[in-house]
Amino acid sequence: MLKNRIIPCLDVKNGRVVKGINFVDLKDAGDPVEQAKIYSDGGADEICFLDITASNENRDTIYDVVERTSKNCFVPLTVGGGVRSIEDINKLLNCGADKVSINTAAVKNPEVVIESSKKFGSQCIVVAIDAKKNSNQWEIFTHGGRNNTGINAIEFAKKMEDSGAGELLVTSMDRDGTQAGYDIDLMSEISCKVNIPVIASGGVGNLDHLVDGIKLGNASAVLAASIFHYGKHSVQEAKEYLDSKGIPVRI
Amino acid sequence: MNVTIVDYNSGNISSVINSFLEVAKDKVNIEVTSDLNKIKSSDKIVLPGQGSFKSCVDALNSIDGLVDTLNDTVISKKKPLFGICVGLQMFADIGYEEKETKGLGWISGKVSKIDNQNGKYKLPHIGWNEINIVKDSKIFREIENNSHMYFVHSYEFIPEDKNVISATTDYSSNIVCSVEKENIFGTQFHPEKSDKIGLKIIDNFIKL
Repeated sequence: MLKNRIIPCLDVKNGRVVKGINFVDLKDAGDPVEQAKIYSDGGADEICFLDITASNENRDTIYDVVERTSKNCFVPLTVGGGVRSIEDINKLLNCGADKVSINTAAVKNPEVVIESSKKFGSQCIVVAIDAKKNSNQWEIFTHGGRNNTGINAIEFAKKMEDSGAGELLVTSMDRDGTQAGYDIDLMSEISCKVNIPVIASGGVGNLDHLVDGIKLGNASAVLAASIFHYGKHSVQEAKEYLDSKGIPVRI
Repeated sequence: MNVTIVDYNSGNISSVINSFLEVAKDKVNIEVTSDLNKIKSSDKIVLPGQGSFKSCVDALNSIDGLVDTLNDTVISKKKPLFGICVGLQMFADIGYEEKETKGLGWISGKVSKIDNQNGKYKLPHIGWNEINIVKDSKIFREIENNSHMYFVHSYEFIPEDKNVISATTDYSSNIVCSVEKENIFGTQFHPEKSDKIGLKIIDNFIKL
């Protein structure tokens, strides 16, 4: 039986982890490679890096991070943030990323998704959808949630599936950072409309939220950042909790 | 000993390279090449494959003499070969992804889309699934039955001779996820992404 996946996400800026696991025995708490290794050794099903480097001159730092991580971690590695072109995707894959997540570029130029999934295969193309509720529909936001596009998130999700995306990483901008739980309606609406896996993201504050994302939101995988940082919960604890709720996980 | 990973522009093979380097350490020489002479003189061969069946077959055929060299090395000289994902699928006579495409024909059978039972199962089949070992395969030495492996695929290999099947996985139906026929080995899952247990499979292949 296919297991639901738990994916810890690390925010990386200028090659350093911004929020990370706060363990005393870490040699270098800001090193993404070491943190990724802790997660994969702890049973993470995949690792996700979100590059939030703002300045262009430091953009290349992520390539070095990906290269070093992929030599130490033997679970799938997804990298997102600032991916604009086929060339960016190619570079990340060559450095050892297994999947690349595309956000703003997919909205601005859906051809990138069509072309990249043809060139590299759908298996490595994740489209990241940042959505915010606006009256009675969800709208797509880009540039890390700053720009409103007026595009309907559900229709966009369907379009991305048709364009060749292998997975959708759906983040509720209303919930992101609130620790109030995923936007379950958004997750389940998209998950029911598309036939590719949906990764739920944005708003996890406790382990029950992970359960809800899968049971109520129909997500195939759940992504979380802060609950795994600062040692609040380990990935293993999360898995055991999901297992106790009857959700199939790899233990 | 030399293990050659065939680099034929089949997509992203850096994880395959990293995992073989990790397992081999300094004891085994890992070559990544499409050089025919190096493939011929190699002790073992790894055939990765990502993207579609058709794109991988096209990529193999676009390198002059590569298919002949593989046939000679694997079929005539019987050197061990490990096919991963589409690398395994290409063992088949024929594949139906994008359009009908001829495979290597090493193991009779076809590659067709997984029956998703009218949308009941999401495709691609992505994530960790248990393998059901049905035959004692050399690459499964010290691998427990029902171990989890990492999968990413929408198509499945259906061999004619069921005796070649060494493991299946349950997704919509029993999908063939590992085969062994004489010196030819293949997994539908990605050992290079299946954590320590996946690396053990790679180690088993290197130690054959």
